[in-house]
Amino acid sequence: MMATNRKIPEDEPGEIEALLPWYAAGTLDPRDARRVEIALAADPDLVRQYAAIQEEYTETIHLNESLGAPSAAAMHKLFAAIDAEPARAPQAASTSLSKRIMGFFAGLSPRTLAWSTSLGAVLLLLQAGIIGKIMMEQSGGTFETASYQQEPAREAAPAPAAPRQRSAAPRAATRSLAPASEAVLFVRFKPDAQIADVTALLARYHASVIGGSGDLFRLQFAGKQPGEAAAVVSDLQKEKIVALAVPAQ
Amino acid sequence: MQVLYGRHHVRVFRFGLRLVRNEQLAEDLISEVFLDVWRQAGKFEGRSAVSTWILAITRFKALSAMRRRKDAELDDEAAAAIEDTSDDPEVSVQKKDTGEALRKCLTGLSQEHREIIDLVYYHEKSVEEVAAIVGIPENTVKTRLFYARKKLAELLKAAGVERGWP
Repeated sequence: MMATNRKIPEDEPGEIEALLPWYAAGTLDPRDARRVEIALAADPDLVRQYAAIQEEYTETIHLNESLGAPSAAAMHKLFAAIDAEPARAPQAASTSLSKRIMGFFAGLSPRTLAWSTSLGAVLLLLQAGIIGKIMMEQSGGTFETASYQQEPAREAAPAPAAPRQRSAAPRAATRSLAPASEAVLFVRFKPDAQIADVTALLARYHASVIGGSGDLFRLQFAGKQPGEAAAVVSDLQKEKIVALAVPAQ
Repeated sequence: MQVLYGRHHVRVFRFGLRLVRNEQLAEDLISEVFLDVWRQAGKFEGRSAVSTWILAITRFKALSAMRRRKDAELDDEAAAAIEDTSDDPEVSVQKKDTGEALRKCLTGLSQEHREIIDLVYYHEKSVEEVAAIVGIPENTVKTRLFYARKKLAELLKAAGVERGWP
């Protein structure tokens, strides 16, 4: 039986009509997306409704993005709670670790993945020169990119799909090339942050990307003592493009 | 865990905030949700995306938090926390900006309708994923979203915005 595009009983959506919101969001499988495309090509009423849906889609994103982000207190509260949890025995997770990591990345939405990987790649590229310079200037300093998986698996319990490490603070996320005398923070930029704004911010703060994972970056602030980290956090929290800033030490 | 948190906490916060409509409550939800993620990680079987699993936990926690509070109290706070008190949908009638009216009406939907619209449009969840998060059949997901959109159109119409649908 052919799918109908329009409402059948007065109050029920037609089969294709019901799929339009997912078509707008790009989350239909290719077969259904093709069915919607064919229907849209033949039905002006459906096209009109689709235009209304695109407005709803845009404004829903706009509304949600305007809600801001939680304060750093939420993160501190969480990791304090995790610290208070009874320690668990290590489990044989190593064999399925890579599979879970792959599952984790497969589970990210295309939009999230595109943003975080593209920005991360560009940032790390931009920062490569600075990092290299620092490495040359600071003999004895070693650099290793962030790798949560490579942390000592002292409590490597099974994770949902991402590697799960029980560390209360992000301090062990990377082995920093930074001398102990410079402030290091974890910083997350807002999803709508422009790369130009991010690089300008890094320059303004004399900050270098020394690691990170996903959209959480580990930044080192030249000329700032570890004791000044709180002040840097306070300054960063006033920046429009910063969603999260917490000390990494 | 930091990676998981860094990647998902903003969306968890926003989803929770749209449900409970109270910023402090939404912040409290974050630590509850991720603590549950931490505790239950071993039970996650990878049949759904991590974000789907986390949003399902968030929804459960949000609804539990809402049940713990009186509805009337929540409604009062909702107006103060999210909506501009001077702007109910009717008043925004004169608003030239359809987008602004739309956003205003999106906040005026019921919790059931808000969550389904957010899950599909903002959190990019498929029919199957929404069904898993909300715990309803896939056909109900489709019809519920359709009714949410109809309600939205009614609110917009009441606000003087005609979009040619329905």
